[in-house]
Amino acid sequence: MSAARVGVVTFPGTLDDQDAARAVRLVGAEAVPLWHADHDLKGVDAVFLPGGFSYGDYLRCGAISRFAPLMDELIPAAKAGLPVIGTCNGFQILCEAHLLPGALTRNASLHYVCRDQRLRVERVSTSWTNSFAEGQEITLPIKHGEGRYVASADTLAELEAGGQVILRYLGNPNGSLNDIAGISNAAGNVVGLMPHPEHAVEDLVGAPSTDGLGFFTSILKSLVNA
Amino acid sequence: MARVIVEVMLKPEILDPQGQAIARALPRLGFSGVSSVRQGKRFEVELDGPADAAALDEVRKMAETLLANTVIEDYAVRVEEQ
Repeated sequence: MSAARVGVVTFPGTLDDQDAARAVRLVGAEAVPLWHADHDLKGVDAVFLPGGFSYGDYLRCGAISRFAPLMDELIPAAKAGLPVIGTCNGFQILCEAHLLPGALTRNASLHYVCRDQRLRVERVSTSWTNSFAEGQEITLPIKHGEGRYVASADTLAELEAGGQVILRYLGNPNGSLNDIAGISNAAGNVVGLMPHPEHAVEDLVGAPSTDGLGFFTSILKSLVNA
Repeated sequence: MARVIVEVMLKPEILDPQGQAIARALPRLGFSGVSSVRQGKRFEVELDGPADAAALDEVRKMAETLLANTVIEDYAVRVEEQ
């Protein structure tokens, strides 16, 4: 079988696309660069929306990226089952695109937080978390000023009841409701999280762990089994 | 030519830490009697034509689509008298 092809999207202001592509290659998949202004997903098997400050975070984080030409292709594809993950700014874009419920708002502390964060994996039946054990505690870097997850009480109840909370903070860094660090859609193919798995894949660069690799091995596993 | 104002505010139930920080700063600057502050955004939309019902509908659509994230924000549209 040929290597799985994971698209990595670059918007103007994206920062983490190179790290994401590197992480994709580390697990043996092919990283396919996708450009925000193209109407072309290049036939990839999955898509990674990396972090950064796309369009300078103007208006709201992710609000303008959500209307990029590439998103016209990505949104229907994700609804049809294409595995998509968004980290940090990628998570904000997925929420603005209504592929995931809720929104990310200014950290309760008003401070930008940049630290290694303990997390608990809550759901492993998604395309992006199946390599973990349920309840597994992991450490990933976080770096954001607007990562406070909010949603209406009804939406929160739905997320909890449907097992769509995939990742929870151990020690809430930003005031997120229910300590939510990451969620999935009901189908489990679309996942968003504020922490950065792509920055925790190699010991060499001083990452706090290599726990981030699990997200990339998960997508490979789910593509092979698909 | 008409100017339409769109005001976007976080919904009342959404925490507004920026507004809170401003409210806490005011007494330090000698302003008293303020019980709370909430911060929002104001957009001034200049229209080519008059602000008739159709144009205002269009502005509401803009607010709904781009200017506000209705998951967390409310918006209000009004015409500014020239």
